[in-house]
Amino acid sequence: MLRILGKIQRIGIITEPVPARDEPALSEVGAQLKARIGERFGGSLAIREVDAGSCNGCELEIQMLGNPYYSIERFGVHFVASPRFADLLLVTGPVSRHMQAALLGTYAAMPEPRLVIAVGHCGADGGEFGTSYASCGAVANVIPVDAVIRGCPPTPLALMRGILEAIGQR
Amino acid sequence: MSAPTRVADLLARLQGSGLALQAQAGLAPAQLVTVAAQDWGRLAQEASALGWRWVSVWAQELDAEVGADGAAGEVGESGTVLQVNACFELGGAYLVARTRVPRAHPLLASHTPVYPGADRPERHVHDLLGVVFTDQPDRRRWTRHQAWSKSDHPLRRDFPAAGQPAELTPPDCHYSFLQAQGSGVYEIPVGPVHAGIIEPGHFRFQAVGETVLRLEQHLAYTHKGIEKIAEGRDAAGLARLAGRVSGDSTVAHAWAACMAMERAAALDVPERALWLRALLCERERVANHAGDMGAMLNDIGFAFGAMQFSRLREAWQRVSNEVFGHRFMMDVVVPGGVAMDLQPLWLPILRDEAQAMRQQVIKLMAIINNLTSVEDRVRGTGILKAEDAKALGCVGYVGRASGHDFDVRRDAPYAPYQNLSVKVPLHHYGDVNARARVRLEEMAASFDLIEALLDDLPGGPVLATWKGAAQGAEGLGLVEGWRGEILTYVRFGADGRVARFFPRDPSWTTWPALELLIHDNIVPDFPICNKSVNGSYSGADL
Repeated sequence: MLRILGKIQRIGIITEPVPARDEPALSEVGAQLKARIGERFGGSLAIREVDAGSCNGCELEIQMLGNPYYSIERFGVHFVASPRFADLLLVTGPVSRHMQAALLGTYAAMPEPRLVIAVGHCGADGGEFGTSYASCGAVANVIPVDAVIRGCPPTPLALMRGILEAIGQR
Repeated sequence: MSAPTRVADLLARLQGSGLALQAQAGLAPAQLVTVAAQDWGRLAQEASALGWRWVSVWAQELDAEVGADGAAGEVGESGTVLQVNACFELGGAYLVARTRVPRAHPLLASHTPVYPGADRPERHVHDLLGVVFTDQPDRRRWTRHQAWSKSDHPLRRDFPAAGQPAELTPPDCHYSFLQAQGSGVYEIPVGPVHAGIIEPGHFRFQAVGETVLRLEQHLAYTHKGIEKIAEGRDAAGLARLAGRVSGDSTVAHAWAACMAMERAAALDVPERALWLRALLCERERVANHAGDMGAMLNDIGFAFGAMQFSRLREAWQRVSNEVFGHRFMMDVVVPGGVAMDLQPLWLPILRDEAQAMRQQVIKLMAIINNLTSVEDRVRGTGILKAEDAKALGCVGYVGRASGHDFDVRRDAPYAPYQNLSVKVPLHHYGDVNARARVRLEEMAASFDLIEALLDDLPGGPVLATWKGAAQGAEGLGLVEGWRGEILTYVRFGADGRVARFFPRDPSWTTWPALELLIHDNIVPDFPICNKSVNGSYSGADL
């Protein structure tokens, strides 16, 4: 236990300021995110993430939002297991035809008002996979989409910025 | 025994038992042989008797005269044949056996009775091309859900890539899972949408109390038609698609696809490009093992370990972004080489980073190794028996944690690995702990390799001009990705366009292992068992 505490103390808090080239800096985006979530979501934004057929690249970056550098929970953002108490649906694509019904079901299970963000080039327009016998392409081909975060995959900072913009529209 | 000797041995045995076969050139480093369709089952029996591992099966529809390749067999009305290929490996020697069946009567013996690992791949070939494996013990569909009908086969020529999908593809509610019955047996259906930020798939557990009696997977939810939409792409377009077969293995899959294309086109790739590809691939291995170590510790509720390893992964990816312009190094591997050179100023920085990361992992593990609460959850959990790993042909860290000592980089080395010493860790107990140990030791081996690659990085260009490939040219790519052996087959059609692309992710071999290793474990240990294997859904669903 002492060694764990020692390690924690030595590493200290590494949560950013990020390198200057990331504009606007994470702290700035984070502060805005926190303020807006405070105003509009009572301090807590619950996100249900659905992989509707991605290559898993987007999932890796969305998972990274929880690492100590970004630590998105400090701004009031939680990823939740049930769509029943989610405010926002974060969908990576393309939407495979085999996932179409599951995505529609997840969307239907969310309470109103609900926001949907399509993530990645594939979520935006089908990306490298497009539309085919196996793929519905863009998320917007299956459920109404409020905002899009492009990138292949979008970086954690781009994801945070995209979420901020999407909730700002409301 | 050398690779050619092993191949000669197998061919002699096959001929000795009366199989009509013909050895052919092409598909190096594998030996290509054509066999008559009626001998397909016997081929597997003989290969199995000599201890060969079953690697993969893939098929394609060809004009009868193109698909002939000296193999006997009737053609039938349509004028096309379904050519079926199966790959075997022993001690680094690869053999690709090839046969053909008429499109109208595509009947072939199954390899599954001898090689259980052939089960899902054969069902995939059936669903997409309509080859009927006559004595296949499991007649259920695998990749096909409800997006196309039983009589349609998307990889056949007359099936358009757009298909004729319904407005709404119905959910796949009636897949016939095996049932366990008896007092106190209950079912837990999980997915396709999982609780965390992970890929979709369905797990059906049958349990008694906390104990898992059986697990059955129903995957292919992320089936995106990768093999079909590859058709007609140019080489650069195929490399981009290959880099998205499984995002976490973008470097390894792009490399395997480029290797297959470059062999088909007989294109020499500059030495420096090969060194850089290996550097990218080892970086990808470290990133994923570090991330998975964190995820495994997270799954047993050990937040300290989860945070520490996710911190290391983030720092590692940031350097990838700085040096190679992308956090996962996507689209850096391109046909003919790599898309960008490594600037000299990065050499000492990358070397120092590898050294620092090595020290960080050692220090972290010095803390974690001593914790009984961690040990209690990982030792003896999720044991994959050596005989099961062998039967399923498990590769990568899953195979190596259960005594299966194979690594493409060492046993069938490709440039630049033939110039390097690759340490391949081996464990025998097959539990979560063994898989974690293998991953840690593989990270250490990768740090050594990164240092060696940087020390001996040759000069010169990093890209050879892609000049196209002849119609009918084909090639095989074999790369040790972080999950294990990736096999990629590419054949070119007219105008240098891709006619067939088949990437075999190692997850095909390890998903079935998860069904076995979870047996008799408790339900709450499923997450860590799953993470210790970490199959790619996208990579296997295609």
